[in-house]
Formats: sequence, C-alpha cells, structure tokens
Amino acid sequence: MKYILQRLAFYAVTAWAAITINFLIPRLMPGDPVQALLSRYQGQLDTKAIDSLKALFGLDEQQSMWQQYTDYWAHLLDGDLGLSFTFFPTPVSEVIGQSLPWTLALVGTTTLISFVLGTGIGVYSGWKRGSWLDGLLPVTTFISSIPYFWLGLVAIALFAEKWSLFPNSGGYDNALVPAFDWPFISSALYHAILPGVTIVLSAVAGWILGMRNMMVTVSSEDYVMVAQAKGLSERRVMFGYAARNAVLPNISGFALSLGFIVGGTLLVEMVFTYPGIGFQLLQAVGGKDYPLMQGVFLIITLSVLAANLLADLVYAALDPRTRKEA
Amino acid sequence: MSITATDAVVLDGAPPPATPVRRARLRFLRGGKTRTGLILLAFFVLLAVAGPWLAPYDPDAMSDQLLRPPSGDHWFGTTHTGQDVFSQILVGTRGVLVVGLLAAVIATALSVLVGVSAGFLGGAVDEILSALSNIFLVLPGLPLIIIVASFVPDTGDIVIAVAIALTSWAWGARILRAQTLSLRRRDYVEAARATGESTPRIILFEILPNLTAVIASGFVGTVIFAVLTEITLAFIGVADISHWNWGTVLFWAQSNQALAQGAWWWFVPAGLCIALLGTALALINFGIDEFVNPRLRTATGSSRKVRMRVGFTPVVRRSTGDGHHDHSSEHSSKEPRP
Repeated sequence: MKYILQRLAFYAVTAWAAITINFLIPRLMPGDPVQALLSRYQGQLDTKAIDSLKALFGLDEQQSMWQQYTDYWAHLLDGDLGLSFTFFPTPVSEVIGQSLPWTLALVGTTTLISFVLGTGIGVYSGWKRGSWLDGLLPVTTFISSIPYFWLGLVAIALFAEKWSLFPNSGGYDNALVPAFDWPFISSALYHAILPGVTIVLSAVAGWILGMRNMMVTVSSEDYVMVAQAKGLSERRVMFGYAARNAVLPNISGFALSLGFIVGGTLLVEMVFTYPGIGFQLLQAVGGKDYPLMQGVFLIITLSVLAANLLADLVYAALDPRTRKEA
Repeated sequence: MSITATDAVVLDGAPPPATPVRRARLRFLRGGKTRTGLILLAFFVLLAVAGPWLAPYDPDAMSDQLLRPPSGDHWFGTTHTGQDVFSQILVGTRGVLVVGLLAAVIATALSVLVGVSAGFLGGAVDEILSALSNIFLVLPGLPLIIIVASFVPDTGDIVIAVAIALTSWAWGARILRAQTLSLRRRDYVEAARATGESTPRIILFEILPNLTAVIASGFVGTVIFAVLTEITLAFIGVADISHWNWGTVLFWAQSNQALAQGAWWWFVPAGLCIALLGTALALINFGIDEFVNPRLRTATGSSRKVRMRVGFTPVVRRSTGDGHHDHSSEHSSKEPRP
C-alpha cells in the first residue's frame, strides 16, 4: 500500500512538472509566434477564444507570472486547451478527443503484442544460450537500430505501392462513415495491419534482448539449480523458476520505455497518415499550430504517466517485496 | 576484496598495475562483435571527415537527370530535381555524427554529474536528484523535443543537440546512481575516506575510474538515441532542413512522393546508413556489456563444443557478501535500452 501511494505521489509530481514545463516553454522562448497567429486571425476569433489563448500562452503582459500560472491552471482544469489553427475554429480538446482513440488502440495493441512476443522469444533464447537462437541477436540488433518511420516507409513501398496488398494511408476506408458496425471495424482493422506490424517489428527487438540478458543472469542462480536437481521438468524450471523471476526487470523496463515507444508510434502514424494523435502533431508542426502542439504534448504525457502507473500496479502485484516493505 | 568485473575496468585514469589492465583491454577488443562495431564506426567517422571532398557532385546542384535509378554516374540515383543522392548522403554524414556526439557528450556529462552525486552523497540530495531524473525518464522525450524545437526560431545543429541532450540524460543518471551506490561502501573507498581524502577527490579518483565502463556504455547508447532523434526531427521538418543530413534526405523524399513514384533509391540508402551506424554502436555496447557481465558472453568461438546446461554453467562466485555488484551490473543490461 505504501508503495502504491509513493508511486501515486511520484506521478502527481511528474504530471505537475510536465504541465509546468508546458506553461514555461512558450514564455521562455524568444519571439511571440502565437501573437502573430492571433493578429492573423483577428477578425475571426471571438473574445472568449482570444482570452483563453492569451491565458494559455502568456500574451497578457500586464499580469504577473503567478497570475498567469493560476489562470493557466484554471483553463486546463476546464478542459480548455485553446483553439486549433489548423482545424480553425475547432477547439484543441475536440481535435484531440477525435484522434486519441485511434492512437490508444494502435499503441495499446501493438505494445502488448510486442511485449508478450519479445519476452517469450527472450525467455527461450536466454534459456537455450549458445543454440541457433543466438543467431537472432545480430538480426534483432539491426532491426532495433532502424528508425520506426523508415521501416514504415519501406513497408509502404513494398506492400502498398508495389504489391497493393494493404492501403498506404488512413485509418479506414474514406467511403465509410465511422460507426460501430462490421464494415467500418473491419476496414479499420485492415488499415491498422501495416502500421501495427511495423511497430511490433521495431519494438520487439528491445524486449528480446532485455529478457534474454535477464534469463542468462537468472538461470545461473542457486534456486534454478535446486529446481533442476529436484528433477522438475525443463518447462517447469524454465517458466516457473527462471522466467518468473527474470520478467520483473522487463516489466519495470516496459514502464520506462513507454515514452520512447509512444514517440516511435507518433512517427509511424505520421508516415501512414493514420488519424491518430501523432499525425495531428505533425500537422500542428507543419502549420505552426502552437495550441494544438501543446495540447498534444500534454495529452501524450498524461497518457504515458497513466500507463506507467498501470505497469507499477502490475509490478506490485507480481513482486511481493514491494508489498512487504511497509 | 575480490576482483570483480567493474574493478578490472580501468580503461584510463588512475594508475593501476600494468599487466591485468592490458589483458583486460585486449579482451575487450578481441570480441568479434566489438571489432565489427568499431570498424563500422571508423568508416562512418571517415565519411564524416572526408564526405564533402569525396562527394562526386554538389548535393544541392540540380541536373537534367531527373529521378534516375542507381547507375555508374549516380550510385544512389537522383532526386526529382536531378540532385545526386549519393553526394547528399556523403555530405550529410558529418551533421549526423556531430549532433549525435555533441548531444551524447552533454547528456553524459549531465548524467555523471546527477547520477554520481545522487549515489555518493545520498540523503536529501539523492532524493531530489533521483526524483528529477525519474521525472525526465518518464516524460516522453520526442514530443517534448518537438515542442521545444518548434518554438526556437533558429534550429541549427547545436540547438538540436542541446535539446536532445536535455531530454536524454536521465537514463544514464539512473544507472550511474545504482552503480555508485554499490561502490561507495567498498573497502578502498572507506580507506580513502579514512586517510582524509576530500569528497571531490574520492569521487574523481576512486569512484569515477571504476564507472568507466558504465559511462562508456551509457555514452554509446545516448549517441544511438541522439542520432535517431535528430534524423527523426529532420524527417518531420522540425530541424533546419537547409543542412544536409540523412533525415533531410528522407524529408525531401517523403515530401516529394518518392514512395508513390517507386523511387526506392531515394530513401533506402539513408535508412540503411542509419541502421548500420546504429548497429555499429549497439555492437560496441554489447562488447562493453559482456565485458562488465561475463555471463552474457555467448559460447560460440570456443573450440570444444559444449552444450550449456543450466545448473552446470561455471559461474565465478564472488567472495564478498555484499551482492550489490550483482544487482548493479544487472542494471546496466536488464532493461532494453532505447
């Protein structure tokens, strides 16, 4: 319990830090790009929108820093992230609300698949050290050195442009209206295959290496030797004794590398024009849409923190030591 | 005090007895992986230095040979305006390596500063610094860099390198802290303290030399991360695209529909270069990891064919009962490094 409370406190502090960084960046940077945007859209903005943008980006010179900070929080707690300029005049929160489910589905599924697959292969190759599986290591090293987005480019070139097996962009068939029916869902799944496989392929290598190294370390422990001496079956020793202990660091590693995976996924979305949050970020960067950029950063960070908390809870459930230290 | 792997890693710095160190050094280089990695890296460094002179064409020069596949004249083909892709890659190597190394130097310096002081000083300092590095560890780096870079009016190589460094030091700091914690109660450190050496001196001359391998591996890991991030930033158009690097090549390929036109030669070479450079650095890192943790070495290369069976694996047992070392060397290898 104490462990969980500690983690909760840590994530609260981290979330506060992220929001504060988000608050400070536009104020510390030279120049006032948002002011320029505001004057460009002068006639089309209503006073409320101007007010919220001013609060979010600190354009009101009269206010003290503290006043700006509390205003900023007030707007955030209202769910007001300002107006997007690329999708003028849609509020940023609405743009994000539409694209977030796509990203969550894609990242969630692929991360889970690559974690399970990579850990499984890692367990096996760590156990059978010195077998042909070691030949897999250079291959995985090579693949993990390739940027996600480039693998995506190659996938598009081969499977979409050359052989036309899969669609090259988008999240669903444009002729369909998003709804919870079979044609739409099947189309969405079909569009998700290529980006999904790309992500799994690039992410799986890291898990294999991490798990293999832990297996190698654990399999020379005394308790593994005892288990073997007892005459337990190979399978039982491998999974019940070695892998069970070796997987713990991989789970905490899982939590820590989430931020990195999410970064990679954003790029895959950009390459595949997938209607998720990464693609919105790309459009925001291209259109100098600062409110959207900052909103996306905030949402990504908060989601990563939530996922981290989840991984911590799983860790606490698996490792009795975290529960005992009270 | 038994000689553990980290104790033997004194690649430079403090004056150790000559012979064991030489043997250790040779063993580090003997691994085929490490050597392959170093040779590949040397090749890219050579390109970075000599690339602009070796390039057969001006990377910006247009010609009337539009979108040609690779040929004798243009090894990697040409772009839609007739620019030579091979020259762009050659000229771009320098930018990639400079940003990667600069970012890694800054990030490593930060991580040593934060990690070692947190581990060695302990107490409240440790609490604060650990919390700080944990926060930076869980914040998603790429979106943060994108935001920072898009607010800065001038996104040259140095700005990008600093932005990458500021978001990527936390990993190394965490590992160094764990390693320092295991070192600071060792007998020789206690002895140094007892003889009245000052804290900065103990850190500089007793602790740091024994962290060399960990620092080196963190440095190499950060170079990989920095190179990937930098290329990504150039690819999505956040970094300054008037400078050639491999990401810029990909940026132009993507924005000019190279994929739809089947111009594979426009984006394949840049990607392969990234992957080769990344592999080279990763191989060097494996060498360092295996050097620190001998159990990771694969059994290949031994003349007798030994089938490794768990329970019969010869393991060097450490005589000291501290167990810390075990724990911390796991740290350097357990979690998949981004």
